[in-house]
Amino acid sequence: MKAFAIMLRILRQFRRDKRTLALIFLAPLVVLSLMYLVFNGDAYKPNLGVIELPEPIEARLEEHGAAIFHYDGEAEAEQALDARTIDAYLMPGAQAMKLRLEGSEPSVNKAVLLLMSDLADHQGANLSKPEVSYLHGSSDMSSIDQLGPILIGFFVFFFVFLIAGVSFLRERTTGTLERLLSTPLKRSELVAGYIGGFGMFTMIQALLISWFCIQILDIMMNGAFGYVLLVTLLLSMTALTLGTLLSAFANNELQMIQFIPLIIVPQLFLSGLFPLDTLPGWLVSLKYIMPLTYGTEALSDIMIRGKGWDSIAINVVVLVAFSTIFSLLNVIALRKHRKI
Amino acid sequence: MNNSAPIVQASHVSKSFGKKTILDDISLSVLPAETFGLLGPSGSGKTTLVKLLTGIDEGSKGEVKVFGTVMPKLSMMQKIGYMAQSDALYNELSALENMQLFASLYGIKGPVRKKRIHEVMDIVALGPHLNKRVDQYSGGMKRRLSLAIALLHEPPLLVLDEPTVGIDPLLRQSIWNELKALNAKGTTILLTTHVMDEANKCDRLGMIRDGKLLGVGTPEALIELAGQQTIEEAFIYYGGGQA
Repeated sequence: MKAFAIMLRILRQFRRDKRTLALIFLAPLVVLSLMYLVFNGDAYKPNLGVIELPEPIEARLEEHGAAIFHYDGEAEAEQALDARTIDAYLMPGAQAMKLRLEGSEPSVNKAVLLLMSDLADHQGANLSKPEVSYLHGSSDMSSIDQLGPILIGFFVFFFVFLIAGVSFLRERTTGTLERLLSTPLKRSELVAGYIGGFGMFTMIQALLISWFCIQILDIMMNGAFGYVLLVTLLLSMTALTLGTLLSAFANNELQMIQFIPLIIVPQLFLSGLFPLDTLPGWLVSLKYIMPLTYGTEALSDIMIRGKGWDSIAINVVVLVAFSTIFSLLNVIALRKHRKI
Repeated sequence: MNNSAPIVQASHVSKSFGKKTILDDISLSVLPAETFGLLGPSGSGKTTLVKLLTGIDEGSKGEVKVFGTVMPKLSMMQKIGYMAQSDALYNELSALENMQLFASLYGIKGPVRKKRIHEVMDIVALGPHLNKRVDQYSGGMKRRLSLAIALLHEPPLLVLDEPTVGIDPLLRQSIWNELKALNAKGTTILLTTHVMDEANKCDRLGMIRDGKLLGVGTPEALIELAGQQTIEEAFIYYGGGQA
């Protein structure tokens, strides 16, 4: 049986490549667990602000699982809404109840509206048809409007990570890295060159993707295009420096691709594509070490909520910090190939 | 010329990765304007030694001096022309574009760059193929292009790791003539080889096996001292085997 010989060879090869083996068996379990947590969480409990609401209604709301926050006036509630402390606030109006939603996440809007209709079944007339208004977005905001900014961030990150990682890996495996390092080229100059060279392409990529999504696909865009560009560019810089850094831990292209389920997929799950409120706290806090989180947060702020520099500044700073740290680590990692 | 200061001087250099010793207490000198050959089978530590001598790698023990400067030192890289064992070329680029990259890294600009590129391409007889993409080159042509790049910045010290592998005998002859011509102009050449008959062309040889330097001297002296007829027999003799 010659086929048996081939079969044996494949089994033996797999046994030597522990990483591929681990990936085949363990990665699906990790990804599936993540999906389980994301999709099987408890129903989302909205945070509801109330202004001078009759006691019994408030009690009802709490009974239905809403967390109640009290505000003295509309201005105060509006502020909390903008800061996303609450998902909506409810106050008595002239005819009907007034319900004001934050609005940027359709799934959250739905949860709030569902709560209202649940309540109406018990409470009767004046809650049944609240006057609904939105801070951001509107009732016709679709899922793609919410996901657009996240997907822009994700694809920029994903492709730049992979392409930069593979090309740096090739530099190592073909010996050109060693050859470059036998010239009077500083390690930092090599890293800077990579950032510059790929930076040109990522700039065009950022421009094209953002333009296409906003102009052609007509995804909701309430902020400044310049900010979108800035954030996508910084995100791709982070992906570039992280990709080249991690390529040091891969021996071939296949092993570089194996970083996708480890580095890319978890970021996608925790970057706001799915509501995180129903996930366990330890899992959610992982998002703070993930660059994509800061990119998609800023992009959502700009594109959906129409915010400016003030609210994206922190995200921008964090992204700059990520890429700076990764760049420095790249320079240090190159010491493995040349000490000076 | 033997009484002038050595270009490359290694004193008691050792290199180990973990518990594995790659190079064991190696001391040698390469003198000005000579061709010094490191002769040894593959896996003997030649490439590791070359990387130590060029400052790409650092020894675990001992000291390497190039032009009297303790290595590794970035500024010394400018004085060394290095040709790696693998053809470290960008296959998607043309020969010219590869040359332009490395010329810039060595700080060669403008008309000088253009002149040097044509000069070195003529030396390795690749002149007509300057604008061809490297992935259309044959193995031997890539080898010659690598050599041309090493010559680009007119380094006073050439370090060549297996320079003539895969090159046909006629061209190998012409490359050796060129190396001798460089010697005559004052360029010092350090090369590695595992081909015994090529070793005869070196002014002096260092025989290396299992990370140990077995002996250093002119090919004739090494053969005579061993009481043998050929370099190959001498190598076996110094290695402790029976000829």
